[in-house]
Amino acid sequence: MRTQTSALRSKDLLGIEPLTPEEITLILDTAEGFKEVSERPVKKVPALRGQLVINLFMEASTRTRVSFEIAEKRLSADTLNFTASGSSVEKGETLIDTAENLMAMAPDMIVIRHKYPGAPKMLADRLPASIINAGDGAHEHPTQALLDAFTIRERLGRLHGVNVSIIGDIAHSRVVRSNIHLLTKMKANVTVAGPPTLIPVEIEKLGVRVLHSIDEAIDGADVIMMLRIQLERQGKLRFPSLREYYNTFGLTPQRLRRAKEGVIVMHPGPMNRGVEIASDVADGPWSVILDQVTNGVAVRMAVLYLLGGAHRE
Amino acid sequence: MNLLIQNARVIDPSRDFDAKADVLIENGVIAEVGKKLRAIGDVIDANGLVVVPGFIDLHTHLREPGQEHKETIATGTRAAVAGGYTAVCAMANTIPPNDERAVTEMIIAEAARNGACRVYPIGAVSRGLKGEELAEIADLRAAGCVAISDDGKPVANAQLMRRALEYAAMLRIPVVAHEEDPNLSEDGVMHEGFHSTLLGMVGIPATSEETMVARDVLLAQKTHSHLHVAHLSTAGAVEAVRRARRAGVNVTCEVTPHHVALTDETLQSFSTNLKMNPPLRSQEHRDAVIEAIADGTIDAIATDHAPHHFDEKNIEFDLAPFGVIGLETAFSVCYDRLVRRRVIDLPRLIELMSSGPARAFNLPGGTLRPGSPADVTLLNLDERFQVTNTFQSKASNSPFIGETLQGRVVATIVGGVLQYDLREPAPLPASRPRKKKR
Repeated sequence: MRTQTSALRSKDLLGIEPLTPEEITLILDTAEGFKEVSERPVKKVPALRGQLVINLFMEASTRTRVSFEIAEKRLSADTLNFTASGSSVEKGETLIDTAENLMAMAPDMIVIRHKYPGAPKMLADRLPASIINAGDGAHEHPTQALLDAFTIRERLGRLHGVNVSIIGDIAHSRVVRSNIHLLTKMKANVTVAGPPTLIPVEIEKLGVRVLHSIDEAIDGADVIMMLRIQLERQGKLRFPSLREYYNTFGLTPQRLRRAKEGVIVMHPGPMNRGVEIASDVADGPWSVILDQVTNGVAVRMAVLYLLGGAHRE
Repeated sequence: MNLLIQNARVIDPSRDFDAKADVLIENGVIAEVGKKLRAIGDVIDANGLVVVPGFIDLHTHLREPGQEHKETIATGTRAAVAGGYTAVCAMANTIPPNDERAVTEMIIAEAARNGACRVYPIGAVSRGLKGEELAEIADLRAAGCVAISDDGKPVANAQLMRRALEYAAMLRIPVVAHEEDPNLSEDGVMHEGFHSTLLGMVGIPATSEETMVARDVLLAQKTHSHLHVAHLSTAGAVEAVRRARRAGVNVTCEVTPHHVALTDETLQSFSTNLKMNPPLRSQEHRDAVIEAIADGTIDAIATDHAPHHFDEKNIEFDLAPFGVIGLETAFSVCYDRLVRRRVIDLPRLIELMSSGPARAFNLPGGTLRPGSPADVTLLNLDERFQVTNTFQSKASNSPFIGETLQGRVVATIVGGVLQYDLREPAPLPASRPRKKKR
């Protein structure tokens, strides 16, 4: 593994917005080393031995929680999963009381997923443990953006100057916000596309191009990142039907044929096949969707290591 | 009982008065304002201080009856006098709401018993604040309500608003409108703009307020009634009021100190003490509101003092209730942002806090004219202080905690009785309000 000459400034990872490009590069470089660990027959290093990491998931999540848990175990941390259902939360306990009770058991790190923006910051402001944001409402999902960047860098060799088009429900996506922060900090060119009803106001001030046509968004893109359409939004005021959505914004092989040579297709999951993405695309040669999942473990190991292991050495 | 306030700079915007003078109070009434008046009772040496008409707040949530864990009439009025207010208008969204005479009478009786300042109840527009049928507005008026409002909620039904305006016009009281389209606001928790996009929070668009102001000024025009727009916060709402005024519509409006002082950029802290409705707007809206204060469009500064218990605010931003307290910091915040930064002069600020609100709701007070009730506030413009989390209010949900401000209320006299006095080494103990003389 490479020796680290630098460290993260904060005890927490609340989002990509507060990070510097150097810190992002540090995390991605560290993750490269950890990816190698995951390819060994014995996939474990002692970096976090004796440290307790609590996974506090106040909103349903399988993939992110499993990914964190594997990362923690490969670093030899003790882990504990705390989910909203069947816990004191259902008895009316506040988030801060829950967190302070967990803190009384002296965890070194808390990984939190929460329905509402700012919940990880609430904990970070009050608790000595390192807080890692595993998604807070539509605000940020920093480890997702880091694993996306890791995957782009792995496939294309760089982030600088890469054209990334993010297509779909921009308004409700924490993945978009973290990705915009990360990619613009690393000097990639970001386009977001979707119907105007799913584009949040003034997003162009974050340094992105806004389009309302998937074909224009595909044109010239090195990376196409499709976003999940939450099925419960159809038929309300955002768009009329899934059928119409697929016809106007679904990523199909026909549309992809006009894309640049070597384009890669990403999706943060879980996918709705036949809604935002055709199966032929999701399972096709362009797709790096399962690489994203694999890389997620390495990136989360890097974050846990830099906040836990490296910080405490 | 007589009291002479000597050697002060006396500002009385109701009479365009601004000069060094004495103020003589006899039997709870202003007896004389002039030079070198003779003392026949107690004397306050107000050299270096400014004496102004007691402030009047058009928009206070006293929370009693029903939510005494947040505030009571006793604590809310103590907060009021600590902020230089000698009268507050109590909003109707109590539990039960002030939609019938018995509640109005209870508020008035409790204010007489334990209140530190005058309390003018505002009655509900609709029964149960449900926005469906009119409350007994004439009865509310007869019991002492000075205006009607469903504040906290908009009157979404245009027909109900029209009828309320017509009915209130007969009684010569204003309808105070919380302007918000519930469909446009939906589940919003902050202003819709760049910062809601950045933070991933659901926004309340400016148009939610603006479409309703536009609707209601038209209704006020057609019904020849008096519309008072509460806590105006957007450029479009300002423009709608300005245009209606020019067209001769009887519309008045108020702005809160927090909309004068703060923008949505501050929400990056996720502090629940920055969550209120209407929300803190973007800089361009704030600029428009400040410009409207300068050009005279705004009639009053009103606090929208909305106390909440610590526990209620100590949760996730999305889940926390809307509202911040404001009585105790209103003058200092406005003096800092408007007078010290040269937007308006001090007499205009005093007008916005005393004679302006009195005129808007046709209330007594707001003047130092001889013969008026002796409601007087003393200010020290040189005193600098830091806002801490200790308030006379039961609540501490202030967005200004930690700010250092200059210009402070140092004493408040209600009906000739000193109800708040900071000039002594120790302020009046919060637990022992002085009995009000009637």
